[in-house]
Amino acid sequence: MDERQFGAEVTEIPDEVRMRLSGDLNAKADETLAAAYERVTELGPRRVSLDFGRVGYINSTGIALVVRLLAEARRDGRAVRAIGLTEHYREIFRITRLSDFMEIVEGDAA
Amino acid sequence: MTALTRPIRRLLGRGDPLVEAPRVPPAEPIPESAAADQATGSIALDIAESDPLLAYLQSAPGPVDVAKLELDSPAVTALREAGVALVVPLVSQGELIGTLNLGPRLSEQDYSTDDRRLLATLAAQAAPAIRVAQLVREQAHEAAEREKVDQEMRVATLIQQQFLPRELPNLPHWQIAAYYGPARAVGGDFYDFIEMPGGRIGIAVGDVTDKGVPAALVMARTHSILRAEASRTDSPGEILARANELLVPEMPARMFVTCLFAILDPRTGRIVLANAGHNLPYVRTDDGVVELRATGMPLGLISDSHYNETEGVIAPGSNVLLYSDGLVEAHDPGQQMFGFPRLREAMTIDDAGSELLDRLLEDLRTFTGPDWEQEDDITLVTLRRASGVSEPAVEAASLTTGFSIPGEQGNERLAMDRVGAAVADLGIAPARLERLKTAVSEATMNAIEYGSQGRADVPVDVEIEATPDAVIVRITDRALSGAVPDDAETPDIDLKLAGAQKARGWGLFLIKNMVDSMDVTSDGSTQTVTLTMARKEPTDG
Repeated sequence: MDERQFGAEVTEIPDEVRMRLSGDLNAKADETLAAAYERVTELGPRRVSLDFGRVGYINSTGIALVVRLLAEARRDGRAVRAIGLTEHYREIFRITRLSDFMEIVEGDAA
Repeated sequence: MTALTRPIRRLLGRGDPLVEAPRVPPAEPIPESAAADQATGSIALDIAESDPLLAYLQSAPGPVDVAKLELDSPAVTALREAGVALVVPLVSQGELIGTLNLGPRLSEQDYSTDDRRLLATLAAQAAPAIRVAQLVREQAHEAAEREKVDQEMRVATLIQQQFLPRELPNLPHWQIAAYYGPARAVGGDFYDFIEMPGGRIGIAVGDVTDKGVPAALVMARTHSILRAEASRTDSPGEILARANELLVPEMPARMFVTCLFAILDPRTGRIVLANAGHNLPYVRTDDGVVELRATGMPLGLISDSHYNETEGVIAPGSNVLLYSDGLVEAHDPGQQMFGFPRLREAMTIDDAGSELLDRLLEDLRTFTGPDWEQEDDITLVTLRRASGVSEPAVEAASLTTGFSIPGEQGNERLAMDRVGAAVADLGIAPARLERLKTAVSEATMNAIEYGSQGRADVPVDVEIEATPDAVIVRITDRALSGAVPDDAETPDIDLKLAGAQKARGWGLFLIKNMVDSMDVTSDGSTQTVTLTMARKEPTDG
């Protein structure tokens, strides 16, 4: 598998803003993810959903980026949930205790 | 009488003015003539090519009185000193081929007209006979030279054959055949099968540039080195790299060795190979003919050469062909080369073992025509995995392989995927495989960041060992920044979210949680992180 470029598409749906992530979540995703979250803050939803359905690879730097986003969201009083994580990354979110601070939705959440 | 002959034809031809003249037994003594040197009956005299005596004798009508010669000639001086009074030129077909040298008559009288006539007649009759003797001698010499060359070729062939396997490996569900056909001027082809741990087989096919005994000796040396190195490691890339280091200092000028080294696990069909400039093997599968691609410098040329490894699985019903240049570089009468496309096309037919080899050789004979003289050694090795064989139990399989990646950020993904592919068939549960891959990725990231400082020219080596119980991955970096710091700070999500700990710092934490054990060793110049994961779920199965 080749490395795939990270993408983050922000869409508004009822009650939340969804961030559709794609590609590899690593150090190179930093700016794209930050810009996407900035767009989320402009929209000001009560909840942001991170859709990992098209993310094939998350490394420790990617985890750190999620932590940073989560910290910002919490400061903003915004709930975060993760959807579309594979079983492996759900395990990693559990081990890192990210799952204590964000709802992990199994499968493709509505 | 003294007889003096010199191989003028040879001497002139070689431009060597001081070749010692061969001594011919004296002819029947002429009555009343005295030997200049009665003890030996002959004298030997070298006449320089530029000596005017040669031209003089060439055109002299008959016997020549040495005393009357007025030539500035060292040869004349030498003749006088040797007591020669009369020189009779021996001319055959207009060419001076020697002289009869006579001392003074015993009666101390001058040679009479009759004597001279007799001597001239004798010379006229003797010259052709002597010329014939010279030709016979030359031919005998040439025959001896030819024999020497033939003998050398016999020695080269003997060396060559000494190092070819006496028998082929007998592997259940595999059909193996090999062919070695030496050219008349024996080249340096070789092939070998080496038993390796875990029931695997090392397969080497090589070709030494040059021909004859020098090539055979280099081939013998390479053969021995490969065997020795294969007993020390089972990474084909490493075997070639070590062989290269040993061969570089001792390789004769303008010689090198191309060599392909593959390790086959006959139970799984997995093949790992590295290549030092040799032809790429063809694999015939149900989907067509493909090349197993791996590149590297030939052995013996440049120190510190690196040999990438390629892996593949020979599926049941597939066929592999390893071959030397002799086949693809054979020419037809119109000087067209047999070439790779023709061989590839020939591989599309599903033949196996010696049938395949026979057909390839028949194709070659048809291509080159009946008068072809084989230009180079031809080596062919083929392995076919029987179709319809069920995949073996992975418990039994073991594997050691490895590769290197440039120490550049992002390549951890490459390392992760390659390790994933290498162990994919070992029957590890998918969840555990994902964990191993994450651990490999994280450990490689650290190696790139600290060990290579992100420099593409500073590689990170990854070695994968599969034992019956566990998969062990060793990631070795060049320790440019010293040891990778062990997280003094255990990442704490509460602290991180509160901004009391930086967001990063999950790497080692993840690794430790992903695999059964992680060990770090360092020897000053390298650091190795060893990740171990049991092949079977020990607790959470």
